[in-house]
Amino acid sequence: MQKYKNPNQHLIAPGHTACPGCGQLMSARLVLDACGSKTIIANATGCLEVTTTKYPTSSWKVPWVHSLFENPSAVASGILAALKQKGLDKEITVLAQGGDGSTFDIGFGLISGMWERKENILYVCYNTEVYSNTGYQASGATPLDANTTTTPPDKKSMGNAFIRKNMGEIAIAHGCVYVAQTTCGYPADIINKVKKALTFTGPKYLEILTTCIPGWGVENEMAVQMGKLAHKTGIYPVFEYYDDEYHVMKIPGEPLKVDEYLKLHKRFKHLFGNERGKEAIKQIQNIADKNIEKYNLK
Amino acid sequence: MILNKLEYRIKNTEYRIMKLDNSKQFLEGSHAVAEIIKLIKPAVVAAYPITPQTHIVEDLAKMKASGEGGFEYINTESEFAAASLLLGASATGVRTYTATCSQGLLLMTEVLFNIAGMRLPVVITCANRAVSAPINIWNDQQDAVTIRDAGWLMLYGETNQEIIDLHLLAYKLAETLRLPVMVNMDGFVLTHTYEPVLMPGQEQINKFLPPYKPAIGTYLDVKNPVTLGSLATPDSYMEIRKQLAQDIYLSSDLIKKYHTDFKKVFGRSIGDNGLVEEYKTKDAEVILVAMGSVCGTIKDAIDEMRERKQKVGLLKIISFRPFADEEVIKHLAKAKYIAVVDKSISLGSEGVLATEIKRAAYNQTKAKIQSFIVGLGGRDVTKEMIEQIIFDIKKDKTNKMHFISCTD
Repeated sequence: MQKYKNPNQHLIAPGHTACPGCGQLMSARLVLDACGSKTIIANATGCLEVTTTKYPTSSWKVPWVHSLFENPSAVASGILAALKQKGLDKEITVLAQGGDGSTFDIGFGLISGMWERKENILYVCYNTEVYSNTGYQASGATPLDANTTTTPPDKKSMGNAFIRKNMGEIAIAHGCVYVAQTTCGYPADIINKVKKALTFTGPKYLEILTTCIPGWGVENEMAVQMGKLAHKTGIYPVFEYYDDEYHVMKIPGEPLKVDEYLKLHKRFKHLFGNERGKEAIKQIQNIADKNIEKYNLK
Repeated sequence: MILNKLEYRIKNTEYRIMKLDNSKQFLEGSHAVAEIIKLIKPAVVAAYPITPQTHIVEDLAKMKASGEGGFEYINTESEFAAASLLLGASATGVRTYTATCSQGLLLMTEVLFNIAGMRLPVVITCANRAVSAPINIWNDQQDAVTIRDAGWLMLYGETNQEIIDLHLLAYKLAETLRLPVMVNMDGFVLTHTYEPVLMPGQEQINKFLPPYKPAIGTYLDVKNPVTLGSLATPDSYMEIRKQLAQDIYLSSDLIKKYHTDFKKVFGRSIGDNGLVEEYKTKDAEVILVAMGSVCGTIKDAIDEMRERKQKVGLLKIISFRPFADEEVIKHLAKAKYIAVVDKSISLGSEGVLATEIKRAAYNQTKAKIQSFIVGLGGRDVTKEMIEQIIFDIKKDKTNKMHFISCTD
């Protein structure tokens, strides 16, 4: 059996300009390969857009449109409406995608509108927990105490002061037919979740925690490892929700302590080697413990 | 009051006689627009429902509910979303429509620039109204002129008949040029006013505006994948914008051409040529320049002044974008006074149309050109105010902008 695809067989062609080892590009390629060639994509502004479509080139082998930062959801609604009129909506997958800045912050209202309309669209959020494309500013998905360019730690700051929004739960509250979270640490899980999502008709939300190499301050080869650790510490629950039930990816063995994960990031470096940091790590451990309990991850 | 105006026009044989013959319907402006949109058959209609909305989208919703309209009708959570949704539908190669105005239009602004830059033939109706603050829902033309640089063709109608006809021209232009078009109609003055209108038949419309079939490779299609809305670096951005600027500027010629076709099919004109309409300018000492429904009032005032032997005329601007410099100057060059009547203002400068006329007239006329602001926030514009403008432009030794009928 062929273990690896020839790079030219993927629906995102090689030759994009993303950072080496980017968790988002890898995840996006897996998502699109799982969706297949009969897919139309509405993409938000962000790394995924600028690194794949420098005029006059494109990495996309499927029809792809980018409009603005905040509107891939409504653009996808328009694509779906047009396909309905053409009688093609049953055979073509409409995929809207954006990063966490687009999804959690600036495009949030439009996503809510799309979900309210119960449209048959798969929305994928590549969550790098920061505005990666513009130089690592904090977003609504940035974790507590993270060092970003807009939440720098110093004498009077421990970094980001807020606990991130829980978009997965917000999607569930909207009545999405399929909601899932996973990480770039589990490529096979990404594929499975996309395929599972596409068996449902209606609004679907998939959030993938994707390592941002420079934004998190980790080494190029660490994207997959970071994705796994986020899950194994309970910091980022991996689950599916459909038919009124959670289906959880259990943590293998005992959950790791959060500092096993935090110590690898430059963005959390300020939490180590001082008393204030110790307290902060306790708080983050508390968040992870609550996740483990709430989602029954053990 | 509306009936009085009608009676006056019917009595006034010099003006266009508006007979209420059997082929005409007596429709509210908003309803007339909904009717013509139904006949134009967009595939996707999206709308945000509340004020600053009009009856247009409510009527379209009724048509959808009754099965009369075959389009997808989608209520969105904001005008921003409505415009974005149409962008997506248009990029998928179908005809699209929405209506908005005022705050709604401004909320759409980012998307409007994007639609034009992406060369998508979206058509919207803007029911021109004032912009907050102070909050005010009534008519003026501040909304649309504020986004004049977005890259949309912007057409203004004087009567509801013109508005109906401009929608046909708008789709024709949009789909040929792959450019968005905004049809502007004065809020309330036209949208909520009943006027006799001739609704074209489906066969006539199909002849002028056949079903929209974009070229393969220009829209989202799984059989012919394209990438739309890509990143342009300093290497290519300027050329792409230049192309857009030139295509819009040169569209004047196409407006004239399609106006000729329009006349052949429907047997009537939209102004002189779809770009402007001159009214008694040939021997005029004073020419007023204006856009939209206020031109009706100005024409009535001119008729009365002409009875008193005053040489006054009007140049009505139908196409604000593109701005047809030659067509405009042709009629203005010989006048002594050019009074530009604006229902909007570029704060810190003067009337928006006035600056446009001054630009186009540079080195082309010796006339005095002055800016007059009327009717902001729904203040009625009367014939007396028009006469005041004529009086002011002759008397005033300065070139300063005047606010008409506005206390200090």
